[in-house]
Amino acid sequence: MDHSSLASRVFRRIALALVLVFFMFPIVWIFLMSFQTNEQILRIPPRILFEPTLANYEALISGHLRTTAGNLEISFMRNLMNSFVLSSAAVLLALLLGVPAAYAFARFKFRLGETIAFTLLSFRFAPPLLVLLPLSLYYQQLGLNDTYFGIVWVYQLIALPLILWIVRGYFEDISPDIEHAYRLAGHSWREAFTRIAVPLAGPGIAAAGLLSFIFCWNNFVFALILASADKQPVTVGALAFVTASGIQYGQIAAAIVLSVTPTLLLALYAQRYLVEGLSLGAVKG
Amino acid sequence: MSMVQPLQTQALPRRAARLRGRILPYLLSLPALLVCIAILVPFVTAAIYSLQRYRLNLPYLRGFIGVDNYIDFLSDPAFWNTLRISLVYTALTVVLELLLGLGIAMLLRRPTRFHNAVSIVLLLPLMTAPAIAALMWKLMTNPSFGILSYLVSLFGAHDFKWASDPSTALFTVVLVDVWVYTPFIMILLLAGLRSLPRQPFEAAALDGVPASFVFFRITLPMLAPYIVTASLFRLLDSIQQFDIVYAMTQGGPGDRLMVFQVQAYLEFFQYTNVGRSAALLMILWLITNILSNIFIKNWLRLRARAHGHA
Repeated sequence: MDHSSLASRVFRRIALALVLVFFMFPIVWIFLMSFQTNEQILRIPPRILFEPTLANYEALISGHLRTTAGNLEISFMRNLMNSFVLSSAAVLLALLLGVPAAYAFARFKFRLGETIAFTLLSFRFAPPLLVLLPLSLYYQQLGLNDTYFGIVWVYQLIALPLILWIVRGYFEDISPDIEHAYRLAGHSWREAFTRIAVPLAGPGIAAAGLLSFIFCWNNFVFALILASADKQPVTVGALAFVTASGIQYGQIAAAIVLSVTPTLLLALYAQRYLVEGLSLGAVKG
Repeated sequence: MSMVQPLQTQALPRRAARLRGRILPYLLSLPALLVCIAILVPFVTAAIYSLQRYRLNLPYLRGFIGVDNYIDFLSDPAFWNTLRISLVYTALTVVLELLLGLGIAMLLRRPTRFHNAVSIVLLLPLMTAPAIAALMWKLMTNPSFGILSYLVSLFGAHDFKWASDPSTALFTVVLVDVWVYTPFIMILLLAGLRSLPRQPFEAAALDGVPASFVFFRITLPMLAPYIVTASLFRLLDSIQQFDIVYAMTQGGPGDRLMVFQVQAYLEFFQYTNVGRSAALLMILWLITNILSNIFIKNWLRLRARAHGHA
């Protein structure tokens, strides 16, 4: 394929350019929009060059939105905070629970372990509402509805299978002989786990943690059903924000930019683990 | 993998150590087991609800009615609409994403610096929350100022209403799905392409075999396991799509985009008909369960190969 003709090289360049435009344009356009006033946004034809304003971001950060119908108090920053708190707590909990379990699944072949691993995997592909709707009725009885703990707990359904399956693969790739040798030297099981296995699986654990964070952050339906306004993450908050702010399009664009920036930065940082993580280890990155 | 034999430690007598070694795996997987139970209990509950007449607004009518909820679907045009829309949506998104993803993966196949940079940048839509992606496209397709509305008006389509017109709503939502998820197929297939052995391609190049022959007779067959895994992955997610459809149109206009989960959500929260909602979700679960069994088998084979113990 290195000896391709000029025509095919030109065709590839053009095709690649079109691909880049299609996938990048929405992000770039919304980013530009977030620095425009409503008047600039409504101008036809739209202009690429404009005088940027930070007013949209100021309004979001202060929580006072000026709309045509008067002033509106919306704490979008609180949604952003909620996303951070919920996603971080969910990932920490999932790592704490999931890494030892992944180790057990990789090192000891036992029936229960396989059953758990496959149950979690098959429910990764079950309709989330099937679990969520009955759960919301249980939550109401248990008083867990609209609590941070309740949401962090259901986020385990996203984070735990991911961590179990990715980290398990990494543990399986480490030869158990190293741990054998270490334990023959008189160290306990726990020492072999924390000093040998976990550091060696470090990259996998980091990858699984980052990916789970992104998926928890991007989740929409869990919090839509289980959280009220003051506990909602940005995904649900942004939708409510669109309804509430009406035609303040610049502010909507700014809210979108703030909601996606953390995950996009994390994704760029963690990109070399993404392939493996997204395929749950079926394809090595 | 061999089993780690419980080793004797100095502090513990042999028997206690062996016992500890035997219960250790169970102890470690206890939290995961708890999460499993936390999934299975609502799941069984949903299965029971689906056999009940259960409306939140009429609690005194609640009772066991066998499979009546399911039988009612047979004569319910809304159900057939949901089934049809879900299948059409799934078929359209998976086919388009597969073709586009495969094409892009072929373009980026050689691991040059530029190609790698492009493949990383293409991950960004995939890492955008789908609900937020829908909002981005809503802004771009807004009839009064949306850039896409403006662009199609340059081609004479002055009244193109995107997601709010029943005739173009499906197309618009599929477009957003394609934008978000094509990169998923692309990066899986790209990883697959780059892991293929080089010899067949080198031999074909030496013999001057035409590129189309190489693609259809060597590349595609060797890539098949990756294509199947990636498509099944998407198939399973696509038939359950909720975020994009809900954020974009809430199932509308009318019932144009009433896919399974959106319909079940509205059935539960708008019509408070828990029994019907549960039955609808059970049907969806049955479909996904069949697909996911096929998927898991395939995926395990690929996984064993990737980790070098096929």
